[in-house]
Amino acid sequence: MTMLKEGRPTTPQALTKADSAPATATGNRALMLEEALIFEIGSTETTGVDFAEAPEVASRLGDLARTDSIGLPGLSEQETVRHYTRLSRQNYAIDLGLFPLGSCTMKHNPRLNEKVARMPGFADLHPLAPQSTVQGALAVIHELAAWLVTLTGMHSVAMSPKAGAHGELCGLLAIRAALEARGDARSVILVPESAHGTNPATAAFCGYKVEDIPATPDGRVDLEALKGRLGPDVAAVMITNPNTCGLFERDMKTISDAVHAAGAFVYCDGANFNAIVGRVRPGDLGVDAMHINLHKTFSTPHGGGGPGSGPVVLSEALAPFAPLPFVEKQGDKFVLVEEETAEDHHGQTFGRMVAFHGQMGMFTRALTYILSHGADGLRQVASDAVLNANYILRSLDDVLDAPFGGSGPCMHEALFSDKGLAEGFTTLDIAKGLIDEGFHPMTMYFPLVVHGAMLVEPTETESKAALDQFILALRSLAERAKAGDEALKGAPYFAPRRRLDETLAARKPVLTWTEPALAEAAE
Amino acid sequence: MRYLPLTDTDRQDMLSVIGASSIDDLFVDVPAEARLSDKIAGLPDHASELAVERHMAALARKNLSAGEAPFFLGAGAYRHHVPASVDHLIQRGEFLTAYTPYQPEIAQGTLQVLFEFQTQVARLLGCDVANASMYDGSTACWEAIGMARRITRRGKAILSSGLHPHYVSVANTMAKFTGDALVHQAPTLDAATDTDALIAGIDKDTSCVVVQYPDILGRIADLTPLADAAHAAGALLVAVVTEPVALGAIRAPGHMDADIVVGEGQSIGVGLQFGGPYLGLFACKQKYVRQMPGRLCGETVDAAGKRGFVLTLSTREQHIRREKATSNICTNSGLCALAFSIHMTLLGERGLRELAALNHGLAVQAADRLAQVPGVTLLNDSFFNEFTLILSKDAREVVRNLADKGVLGGVSLGRLFPDAPAIGNGLVVAVTETVTVEDIEIFAKALEEELA
Repeated sequence: MTMLKEGRPTTPQALTKADSAPATATGNRALMLEEALIFEIGSTETTGVDFAEAPEVASRLGDLARTDSIGLPGLSEQETVRHYTRLSRQNYAIDLGLFPLGSCTMKHNPRLNEKVARMPGFADLHPLAPQSTVQGALAVIHELAAWLVTLTGMHSVAMSPKAGAHGELCGLLAIRAALEARGDARSVILVPESAHGTNPATAAFCGYKVEDIPATPDGRVDLEALKGRLGPDVAAVMITNPNTCGLFERDMKTISDAVHAAGAFVYCDGANFNAIVGRVRPGDLGVDAMHINLHKTFSTPHGGGGPGSGPVVLSEALAPFAPLPFVEKQGDKFVLVEEETAEDHHGQTFGRMVAFHGQMGMFTRALTYILSHGADGLRQVASDAVLNANYILRSLDDVLDAPFGGSGPCMHEALFSDKGLAEGFTTLDIAKGLIDEGFHPMTMYFPLVVHGAMLVEPTETESKAALDQFILALRSLAERAKAGDEALKGAPYFAPRRRLDETLAARKPVLTWTEPALAEAAE
Repeated sequence: MRYLPLTDTDRQDMLSVIGASSIDDLFVDVPAEARLSDKIAGLPDHASELAVERHMAALARKNLSAGEAPFFLGAGAYRHHVPASVDHLIQRGEFLTAYTPYQPEIAQGTLQVLFEFQTQVARLLGCDVANASMYDGSTACWEAIGMARRITRRGKAILSSGLHPHYVSVANTMAKFTGDALVHQAPTLDAATDTDALIAGIDKDTSCVVVQYPDILGRIADLTPLADAAHAAGALLVAVVTEPVALGAIRAPGHMDADIVVGEGQSIGVGLQFGGPYLGLFACKQKYVRQMPGRLCGETVDAAGKRGFVLTLSTREQHIRREKATSNICTNSGLCALAFSIHMTLLGERGLRELAALNHGLAVQAADRLAQVPGVTLLNDSFFNEFTLILSKDAREVVRNLADKGVLGGVSLGRLFPDAPAIGNGLVVAVTETVTVEDIEIFAKALEEELA
């Protein structure tokens, strides 16, 4: 036997036109790995967890023991780690790149926040533990509450709402309770056409009739139309400021004064607070209630769809009606005011809106974020967020229609429309093209007041280099869509999946996995 | 500032592209009187990572965490061991820092997880379909009552006295505004659940009966008679599960013909976290799927014919239907659903059954030992991992005194039901796999001292 001296090839063959990628037997493409469902790869006999032997006792389950097969597959630990690691790689995320979803404020999620939230002194606390044992946790809630009140210039804050829409509910319930307390039954909530869908849904959810308020041609609430509609049946006006067109409502104070003069309240959707934090206090604009999405402005991670957290700051007029429970400082002690103690001094509360006290895991993260930034850093957050958005607006308004670009600067997000794209080309094509360019698409087709809306919110945590690359990509896509480049309609080409059939999914909903034999039998 | 990448040079360059002379120029639309000229006074400036960590760690140290003491609290939040790989996986940036999967081509990871989660939840609860999560058990419970109203077009819900009092409070808060009539009484200290009283209360105006299983006192009863009675009157049965580990040992509500089954999923994968974020579970019969609140993930194919997943049936949701939506919910508990799903995948059916058996075995041992303490009576004939003790004095004070001795000894009924002094001597005790035989002994001795 002789040793081979040739070695392996170390220079790739030159590519020829015929070298398009061949199919693989597995469907995998090197690092891009296909992954089956746990129901296809696991078994009910496999487990990734070991337990001590259960003590031998006589069952106290009555006659309710579960004897059927539950049908829950298990995987060993390594298979589990691999399954979810593979799936994770089919997701886009802020950690991978710019995520300019307008109105969603996808900013960097600092990892210190994660570390702090996992300290056993916060993470391993029971919500009903005796209050003497959770003084530090109550202090966190109290300290965060103080920051939120100061930053917004409001009177007090309800911490328990679970997300933005839940915060809207909290605000409207407080408004309704305040109106009822003065014997004033009002039935209508006014909502601008450009509002988030949650606004009208929330108003309807707590029993109000919803009426639209039109927008002016410059993308703001039509003040005269609003004034004309105010009357004794109007309970509140819900306004987003900065609004969903990325513009500041210049007339906000005038609107608030008119609403108050008519005996109604002002609810502000605070989803876009990131644009003004440290620079404008909603309390100075006459707002009565505003939710703050901690998962937007204060950077708690969005987690692929939550959890959020939506504390609601309240004016003095609404504070007595705030929900239970809440934290109070009495001397050097923190007290959680619950049903048991509320009657003494908080008898007008509209009640409880959630079990326990809200999103503690988000409070620790948000407070960590706030302390990291401080008063100076938070002001800089708003400044850079607005600067970044205007930089995008002015770098692209020559190739994309910016419907309100002529009226002045935008706030934290730049809005474009599909005007000027070639016949048959849509905002969707540009969005899917962005995927191939390595970016998450912007918010599309929202707000509803702009045709084919593209709402771009870069946030303050993007560098100029990242913005420049995004601008390069969006410019190229806009030019292709204007030139009628048919290839764009097939995008994305390089994502884990091509465009998905949403109509099929809705027409024949398959919402759970069924064993193939059973599924076939059911056909 | 370590999180802000722009340099002053960048800012100047960008301002010149924009055609503005300063950042303040970009805020011209803000009325001058509302514009703050400088940072807000009275607040500290930015701080280093080290300084912030030190501050937060000092606050964390002021708490007695569950792992530091013999721990027996439940009543809607349960301490279970979460395998290390769960927390590792949910911290992958691709999961942690992703948004709601609005662009399915680059969100198949989240979407496939949701599809698997929905299937796991449906099977665990014994239902046909489940959604992609709600905020928590209490809000899921209210949403179920609203859904029953829409389906039956009736406005009266009967809530079991065994339903978690916070869930009742949430429903009461909402019902004041929606006009639903809620029928509810505080529980009494009986070994039997209130099934008979609930059945007697059902009438032609009843939209649903809402029953917790196991209930707030840890009692369990067959739900079938309740389902039959509700259905006979054209009403629905809503079952609430606050301890999903129980369903590794006892029959699923869906298999006892409950129409809607909601729950708190915190037990599996999520952890205690002082009350949130938690995980609302929501499942129902197939025929009611279009009345469900919240997001749903469904299977489909892509343009190349490959299997993929998308959010679907969105015409129920607020971003399409606005004021006509089935709910106002938008953001839900995505990352908690992921944690639940990973933990459940690690367990598998075999692990879940072992976990449930271990919980039940330890709970039986604890109940028998604690019942020997003079001044203590065990209420329950049957239970899973939680039971109620009747003490010889008000349990609120006992719990506070036990805490001073370093024992976290259950939840008093006085705290849960401040308006029902008749049951103030009740103490709800939960026993999970995290409790040791030594913990039980320490608790029993401390309780004995306290009641002596």
